[in-house]
Amino acid sequence: MRYIEPHGHMVSRVTDDYQAMVIAGCQAVCEPAFWAGFDRSGVQGFHDYFCQLTDYEPKRAAKFGLPHFSWLCINPKESEDMKLAEEVLSIIPEFLSRPNVLGIGEIGLNKNTRNEVKILERHVDLAARHGQLILVHTPHLEDKLKGTRLILDVIKGDRRIDPGRVIIDHVEEHTVEMVLDTGMWAGMTLYPESKCTPARAIDILENFGAERIWMNSACDWGVSVPLAVPKTAVEMKKRGWIEEHTDAVIYGNPYRFMAQNPRFRL
Amino acid sequence: MTRNELLDLYFMDARSKLIDIAAFLDRIDRGKGEADFRLAAFRKALDELSAGEPIRARGVLLSLSDPTTEPIEKSPGKGAVGAWPGKES
Repeated sequence: MRYIEPHGHMVSRVTDDYQAMVIAGCQAVCEPAFWAGFDRSGVQGFHDYFCQLTDYEPKRAAKFGLPHFSWLCINPKESEDMKLAEEVLSIIPEFLSRPNVLGIGEIGLNKNTRNEVKILERHVDLAARHGQLILVHTPHLEDKLKGTRLILDVIKGDRRIDPGRVIIDHVEEHTVEMVLDTGMWAGMTLYPESKCTPARAIDILENFGAERIWMNSACDWGVSVPLAVPKTAVEMKKRGWIEEHTDAVIYGNPYRFMAQNPRFRL
Repeated sequence: MTRNELLDLYFMDARSKLIDIAAFLDRIDRGKGEADFRLAAFRKALDELSAGEPIRARGVLLSLSDPTTEPIEKSPGKGAVGAWPGKES
């Protein structure tokens, strides 16, 4: 088996996780910028974090033979503070030329506030001006439906953005169709308690097609399973999926999306 | 896959989760005080299981979702609780 982990917050994980992922067949890991679990006190904290994502963490991954890529942004959980968000947006361009940066992400919404929407629009503008791919986080639980609609409206409203260069992550049964209908890609996150279980993710693939969907573990500092993607591949086999079709979902799809950035080569 | 093959694969897991839900509701009944909006939302979502078409998961998710369309003025906090409390909350 080979697979790509297209969404893993590896700065939160231990070296045993890297080792297990490589043993399971991981060929690359991609790390979007994320909330630390607490609010950073200022823009310098984000500067240090972006250095970690673009310098230190790739070196740590390389010790296990794993290519590491990253996405940059201020996450929506901290974008309610407009002043801080604007300061962070101003330092992102200096990091966009780093060799492992794939684009802007994971941007999006959290509680669907007006300030969050404004900062989402600013991120989309930043991506458009710099020709970047976009990775979008959709809100949790009861906020996901409304947030996904708002996010799609923002992105569709910016005509500079090619939908095929945007992935909307954390889709579930009630949001996947509206995402795919826009021409954007959809990501499914495999969590033990929320988002998708392996069985539901396979249901979604079987119901909506596997052309523009990837799966990820979104492993971070919370309850999450770094091997969720290969474990789901095992379940796909039980469900009668042939190896070629599983490979297309867990390796081919993330490769096709991210290879739109020429830096993503394996 | 055939229905029986799917039952072979998932019945015991679904049975376990079904009993967990029943035990959860029993536990809530035995608890003290008034339940907040989450219990009513949960019971309402359970109705979606009676749907005659294979769109039950979508129905449950929609039932628990905020149906409004306009951004809110200010964030009440960072977290989500799993059910929409309604406009008045």
